[in-house]
Amino acid sequence: MSTPSTNAPTGRRRPNAGDGPELVPTHSDEPLLQVRDLTVGFRTEDGRVSAVDQVSFDARAGELLAVVGESGCGKSVAATALSGLLPHNATVTGSVRLDGVELVGASPDQLRAVRGKEIAYIFQEPMTSLNPVFTVGRQVAEVLRVHEGMNRRDAMSRAVELLELVGIPTPRERIKHYPHQLSGGLRQRVMIAMAVACNPRVLVADEPTTALDVTVQAGILDVLRDMRDRLGAAVVLITHDLGVVADVADRVMVMYAGRVVERGEVHELFERPRHHYTVGLLGAVPSARTADGQQRLREIPGLVPTLAEQPDACTFADRCPAASDKCRSSQPRLDVAPASRHEVACWHPAGTDRAEVPA
Amino acid sequence: MTGGRDVAGQTPVCEVVDLVKHFGPVRAVDGVSLRVDAATVVALVGESGSGKSTVGRLIVRLLEPTEGTVRLAGHDVSHLSRRAMRPHRRTVSIVFQDPASSLDPRLTVGGIVGEPLRLHGVASRDRARQVGEMLEKVGLRGSVAERYAHELSGGQRQRVSIARALVSNPSLLVADEPTSALDVSVQASVLNLLADLQRDLGFACLFITHDLSAVEYLADEVAVMYLGKLAEQGPREQIFNSPRHPYTQSLLSAAPVPDPSAQRARRRVVLSGDIPSPVNPPSGCRFHTRCPVAVERCSTEVPELRLAGGSEVACHLVADDGTGPDVRRGDSAPEPATAASGEPS
Repeated sequence: MSTPSTNAPTGRRRPNAGDGPELVPTHSDEPLLQVRDLTVGFRTEDGRVSAVDQVSFDARAGELLAVVGESGCGKSVAATALSGLLPHNATVTGSVRLDGVELVGASPDQLRAVRGKEIAYIFQEPMTSLNPVFTVGRQVAEVLRVHEGMNRRDAMSRAVELLELVGIPTPRERIKHYPHQLSGGLRQRVMIAMAVACNPRVLVADEPTTALDVTVQAGILDVLRDMRDRLGAAVVLITHDLGVVADVADRVMVMYAGRVVERGEVHELFERPRHHYTVGLLGAVPSARTADGQQRLREIPGLVPTLAEQPDACTFADRCPAASDKCRSSQPRLDVAPASRHEVACWHPAGTDRAEVPA
Repeated sequence: MTGGRDVAGQTPVCEVVDLVKHFGPVRAVDGVSLRVDAATVVALVGESGSGKSTVGRLIVRLLEPTEGTVRLAGHDVSHLSRRAMRPHRRTVSIVFQDPASSLDPRLTVGGIVGEPLRLHGVASRDRARQVGEMLEKVGLRGSVAERYAHELSGGQRQRVSIARALVSNPSLLVADEPTSALDVSVQASVLNLLADLQRDLGFACLFITHDLSAVEYLADEVAVMYLGKLAEQGPREQIFNSPRHPYTQSLLSAAPVPDPSAQRARRRVVLSGDIPSPVNPPSGCRFHTRCPVAVERCSTEVPELRLAGGSEVACHLVADDGTGPDVRRGDSAPEPATAASGEPS
């Protein structure tokens, strides 16, 4: 357990800048969402499987935090655990405080009140998240009726405003349409409209553009940016796409095998990645620099370890070019580098910029 | 059909002419011509619904064209029966996107990779040797031959698919989104593998993808598809450095680059709406409903693919020397009334 929260239950006091080594000073205030040592395991036939191991992070109002990692790294589990959206065989420990209110261990009723209203989700595949037998207008309105107690008419006219807010042309017509009548991009905009219907303070977008084409993706990313700026929401964007991160993130958190391995401001992290996994990921993306056919893409040898147990070691050690004996016997913790807003969980961080890191 | 290149003498490994494929009312492919020369990598790029995968399946004759011609090494295979097609199956193979669903769960890896050889009548002893060699070429240990696909990781499975496709030593490999189902770090190793194998074994490759960064890494030539038709095709440098078609320009500008400073300084073109339905494609130029620079003529007259400044372009607004609008500069239609309506922001 780290950093006991000083927040009063009602949240937000003293917007004091001299409050310790905070990551991003520009967005002010205390973090809206404080996650500390969040650990999620699943009971399975083969014993306990650890999915998320002591993850800590803050999400601030008006800031977009990207959570990056490959499949199985725990990024989606961590995000769904925030509001208790996990199956029954999951065990969650640690702390998730929204404005100082503890959500881990909260009652189902409390969580239901938080979900959708305070913390809203956007998932990857809008077709499976929307109900095919109701019009999109009714589905957006339902959120408002449940959480805000609006009557049918008010909810419907608010739904029109919301569809307009997320950039859907002719919203008055569109509310009468069923999900199958909309394209993938429009469906995802409807999902965002539902998510932001109650002005959530935390908006979790889990691979929101992965199922979409690039020309449509750009528009959805614009909407997310817009929601961050206009609603002042803390946006948590889960993605595996480093291009998307480079485009919209304010801060980045890199996850590997259930743990946070690196965290920092976006420009800093891309320019000076310090964890060898991050270095590997950035080198694995083909780009103009590798296009002359001379330079090969960087490969990360080996496989992501199975998550049955989390050893007291660096989980990346077996794939890491810089690993030493220490890495295999002792788990590195996130550590603030001197004079930077950039943390890395590595015993031998890459110290130089990308080009000079050994291949 | 690829303009500006030396076509004399050499028979292309694969050539399709005016290829059309309709599935009922869906006009998936509507007049595509392209050629793949020996030992070159041609990337066929497009978004979902563009018909790029259908072109791939027509070339390996998993589908029969509605109209048009598919020629493999000069032979017209457009309407061959399964039986008559069989000898040609040695010369062309395909790798699919999802190795989990394209590998037989009941066969060992050795059985999967050896199957094409078995069908072509290779004796079992030779088969085992060739399978072993092929597995080694794709970076798998020989002992993997005894295992089943479900025991392997996604990247290993895709290596098995590639081994199966290449074991009969084809002259053309159709790779349909071979890395899209894989994680970034695994994608890199599969792309490296394809690049190495292509260089070492010298096969031609039609690389079907939506991932422009992979195209830039791997391809010699690029063909861009939109709603069943080619919008533009040409050498890789030409397409990436001076794209002529507004759709190519939009596509290139929309794909984010993993560099925050560069990405945020770029001007992105956000196209209005989504790709229209291939059941009822727009009249004239199929891109005109989303094109930021479309004029009246674009909605009535179908632009032909023609040579313009180093690549072949199907756009009325591009002059023969390749000059024309660049939507990335923020060019817009001279007559705003005919421009596609933008989304409210």
